[in-house]
Amino acid sequence: MESRRVPRTVSDPKVRQVGFFAPPDRSLSGPPDPASSPPLLSNISPSGNSLSPVMIPPPRHLSTDLPRHLPHPQPLLSPLRAPRANETSVPVGSYNPSEFSTPSGIADFSEDQLSPRWGRKSSSGKFATSLPSGGFGMAAANKISDANSKPGVADGGADAEVQKEKGAAAGKPLKEKTTKAERRAMQEAQRAAKAATKGKYLVLSSSWNLSRGGCFGEEETGRKTMGGCMNGSGEDRCSGKGRCGNCGGKTAGTYGTMCTVAIGGGDGGLDRVKGVKIAGGVPTGVGKFLLSCNKNSLCWVTELHLPGEGSKTVGVNSANAMKSAKPAPQKKDNSSVAASERKGGDRQTDKDRKKDVPHPRMQFDDENRVEKAKKRSVVKQAEARNRVELFRHLPQYEHGARLTDLESKFFQLGPVHPAVYKVGFRYLTGDISGGNARCIAMLQAFQESIKDYSTPPEKTLIRDLTSKINCYVSFLIECRPLSISMGNAIRFLKRRITSLPLNLSESEAITSLVSDIDRFINEKIILADNVIVKHAVTKIRDGDVLLTYASSSAVEMLLLHAHELGKRFRVVIVDSRPKLEGKMLLRRLVGKGINCTYTHINAVSYVMHEVTRVFLGASSVLANGTVYSRVGTACVAMVAHQFRVPVLICCEAYKFHERVQLDSICCNELGDAEMVSRVTGREDINSLDGWTSSENLQPLNLLYDATPSDYVSMIITDYGMIPPTSVPVIVREYGREYLLI
Amino acid sequence: MDFQVVVLAGGFSKNLVPLVSKEVPKALLPVANQPVILYVLELLDQNDLKNAIVVVEGESAALLISSWISINFVDRLHVEVIAVPEDVGTAGALRAIDHRLTAKDILVMSGDLVTEIPPGAVAATHRRHDAVVTAMLCPVPVSGLSESGSSSGKDKSKKTNRYNIVSLDPTKQFLLHIAAGAEVDKDVRAQKSILRAVGMMESRSDLIDTHMYAFKRSALQDVLNQKENFQSLRRDVLPYLVRSQLRSELSSNGVQSDENSNGQNGPQDSKIVLSQLLANSSTPNFHEIYALGLAGSAPMRKTHKCCVYVANKSNYCARMNSIQAFTDINRDVVGEASHLSGYTFSAQNNIIHPSAVLGSKTTVGPQCMLGEGSQMGDKSSVKKSVIGRHCRIGSNVKIVNSVVMNHVSIADGCSIQGSIICSNVQIQERAVLKDCQVGAGFVVSAGGEYKGEALAKKEKF
Repeated sequence: MESRRVPRTVSDPKVRQVGFFAPPDRSLSGPPDPASSPPLLSNISPSGNSLSPVMIPPPRHLSTDLPRHLPHPQPLLSPLRAPRANETSVPVGSYNPSEFSTPSGIADFSEDQLSPRWGRKSSSGKFATSLPSGGFGMAAANKISDANSKPGVADGGADAEVQKEKGAAAGKPLKEKTTKAERRAMQEAQRAAKAATKGKYLVLSSSWNLSRGGCFGEEETGRKTMGGCMNGSGEDRCSGKGRCGNCGGKTAGTYGTMCTVAIGGGDGGLDRVKGVKIAGGVPTGVGKFLLSCNKNSLCWVTELHLPGEGSKTVGVNSANAMKSAKPAPQKKDNSSVAASERKGGDRQTDKDRKKDVPHPRMQFDDENRVEKAKKRSVVKQAEARNRVELFRHLPQYEHGARLTDLESKFFQLGPVHPAVYKVGFRYLTGDISGGNARCIAMLQAFQESIKDYSTPPEKTLIRDLTSKINCYVSFLIECRPLSISMGNAIRFLKRRITSLPLNLSESEAITSLVSDIDRFINEKIILADNVIVKHAVTKIRDGDVLLTYASSSAVEMLLLHAHELGKRFRVVIVDSRPKLEGKMLLRRLVGKGINCTYTHINAVSYVMHEVTRVFLGASSVLANGTVYSRVGTACVAMVAHQFRVPVLICCEAYKFHERVQLDSICCNELGDAEMVSRVTGREDINSLDGWTSSENLQPLNLLYDATPSDYVSMIITDYGMIPPTSVPVIVREYGREYLLI
Repeated sequence: MDFQVVVLAGGFSKNLVPLVSKEVPKALLPVANQPVILYVLELLDQNDLKNAIVVVEGESAALLISSWISINFVDRLHVEVIAVPEDVGTAGALRAIDHRLTAKDILVMSGDLVTEIPPGAVAATHRRHDAVVTAMLCPVPVSGLSESGSSSGKDKSKKTNRYNIVSLDPTKQFLLHIAAGAEVDKDVRAQKSILRAVGMMESRSDLIDTHMYAFKRSALQDVLNQKENFQSLRRDVLPYLVRSQLRSELSSNGVQSDENSNGQNGPQDSKIVLSQLLANSSTPNFHEIYALGLAGSAPMRKTHKCCVYVANKSNYCARMNSIQAFTDINRDVVGEASHLSGYTFSAQNNIIHPSAVLGSKTTVGPQCMLGEGSQMGDKSSVKKSVIGRHCRIGSNVKIVNSVVMNHVSIADGCSIQGSIICSNVQIQERAVLKDCQVGAGFVVSAGGEYKGEALAKKEKF
């Protein structure tokens, strides 16, 4: 603790590339200069809005990219584009001034061709000037889509066109090797691009603004139904990745070799897709593609660069109905970052689950899957309106509607056990929150249901009970997305079920499962907490001022224990709207006679002066040391880091996960947006009332954020106190262990 | 889901005197030509509640009702009709069937409820809070009881409907105080302890108790056994439970007993930690905070929760507990709440059975219903009324805002307005009825004019 780590350049690219800011040119990245960052930031985003909620760490080294961006006052577009531009070595090709002179039907570019969302995000006038080519692309696309109303027709001609392009492509400089982080940023961008496509048709979007263009300017751009043909080695595996049809440069490079478009991360990235052939890809005119899709697998060719035209890219998205039999796509889907999330023996249970359960991290911007999931779902869920584009892939529902629906169906939920129902209902209403409590409540409900379980005739307990649990889990997911800790607990339970010896009688099996669950709760949660407290309490000295954020059960136990030991310390509880969980913690601590200070997160930089330790809880700790926790934790950790205050994370090892996550965008949870806009007890601040009726307002209530490991001094877990870099060790060495209790 | 449904169908209600008769107990009074209890049973059927106990006051009524149910719901619901002595009250009725109650929670519904609110909503709220009782309240319909009630002056029920003071906590989840109509003239007394615990209390008079309750069985049985003199659920049991929610005398009630037993098993330290962990993470309501007292970690005081489910205003919900309500419900089920009736409406927004015969120049307006085999003479008109089966209506008859039951014969030139005509009534020529209730089998003599009267054969009611 005493030897605080030298503040690494916080601009570590893997942290920095959250998808909003240009990746720092590392050769130029100087020493961190905190003072300079705010002005930079404000420079880049003059309108300074929209994305701030998810902008975790401030960028420090944008100097190289700055000149490029400055003339284009589009804070939203630039960051996402930048990584790609960087990587494809057609730096900011879309902005290349020479492009502006591309003579095509720019004239007919008009405001209304832009998606309304563009106009909303920044002043439309600026758009008109700064995005001429965007307009051009769209205009062109529109034109073309009018011209070929039949998708298949042009196939023959396609080849010729493609051939023509080949030469140009070959001439293109090969892109430089991408770093992992860059690839991730790309994927992020593609996800965003995907968000843009609505419906089952391919959407041609002029991607001057690459993914972002896709993201914010959809509908109007030439929308066209197409048959696309993706056929290539590793198609099955591709499908997951398919949509990360990759970043322009790569595509452009290989495109020349006649239709073989390499989709995937190229050099041994996480994307395993190798070659995907586009049978008849016709770049007719300017940014037009015809793909024909063979098989139902899904192909996302997000961006194809047509080399001839500079770096024009066409975002093509095809979400054909996927064969439900193929588990891969769903699974891989968003875990591009976490390809290794499930492996080995988990397969089987996974398959089982596939049948009934929507993937826990389903992409909710894919209408096809959402439709399917809806059919299966027990709870009727009305999708919330006015969703924030960037978070389209996360489920967000109208809160009230779900509640009423679930209530009214109380007696109709045949298969769902009452105990499970109750837990789900309490998740939905927010009566239970907090990782441990949710996990315990879920396990206890499962325990109840297992106690009441009897194998139906002509079925085996192992299979039938697994499917029952699957059904419960899907119900719970509908109530509220699972936390990582719950996912781990479910994995454990399923593993226990599948590994039951076949010759066990039913009652024996049930007893064994019930005691297994008890053991899990006791050993992995209760005992783990005790151990954590024992470790952590050694870090509290007399006279310390401890800061904690929101309400964490482990931290609370720690504070109470330290108080019992007679340590003299003071606690600063930092809290934030809308949940104000810290209040409850405050009440309990004050009730025990602990000296407390309560403040909101707005004042965190003020109170941090006097703080000597920061203790935080976590929803999960990921393999790269990222701490995934209640939103606001990252902010507190960052401020603490800035003030050189050690940040200690208390987290039970069962919450560790081998996934790697760099940002809080790809996996997160959206809360009830109403909560943000409404301030209870303050009728006078109701300017946000009725926001649903306003098209231009999209409240965002994120529930979690990711704290980069740089800000974490130490993670206190039941296996001891470890630096965040050692998380993978725990996951590797002990991750399997709990499956074998 | 471990719920047991008890439908309190009543017997020959005194509130509905001229309408009910020996042949027609309250539960079989027609609403849009179907017995009112059908609406409750249909609701249960829709909600997959296949077992129900119907409690009827009086043997004869029970026989009538059970025969009707067995004909109509034979393959759909498993209904048990139990007769209890008359005048035992709702609490008495439950006391009488005490031994039949086995499930964890009991859903008590009134047999005269016409609603579309799923009982699941009440049950879900009940389960969510582990409540002792959950009552369903619904907003007073705007067009309903209050304004049109002026005509039938001697309605007893109007008093209770008028001021039902209900106090809720700010989250509108807990019932803090309930005062039924009779107590209102005096000062309303709220309990200081409750008020202090909650901090804020919202009293409203625009909610009516729909008589759909979910009770925790153990608590209900406790109360019924301890308080022998309790007669009515609404007037005695519910207010008692609400009053005593912070100083619970119930021996067995959910959460607390769990925690107590945990406390006794002292050495099981982890259990305590566990329950505490769970308790800490959930947002505590005032019951828990109060139970904890200021400092203690173990609950010092016993409490129980009385919850409410406040129905949405858009849902139809009404109880047929008065004559006025009877007309209102009939009007609504054919009119604005037409989806409840299960009929399909014609283009003119009315229902005319194919076998009904209409004379020339006879008009049947919208929101009307003409039952099977009824005949109408020439130049008659029917507006906003329900006419039952096999009625014979002569020429030049005007029927407005009325309910005419089965086998009624109305001679030429009659005018009937805002009235209820029970079965087998004969109305002779040129009689004028306004706001009247005509009991079964009554004969209205020719040319008679009545206004606001209840006409019935001498019976021993």
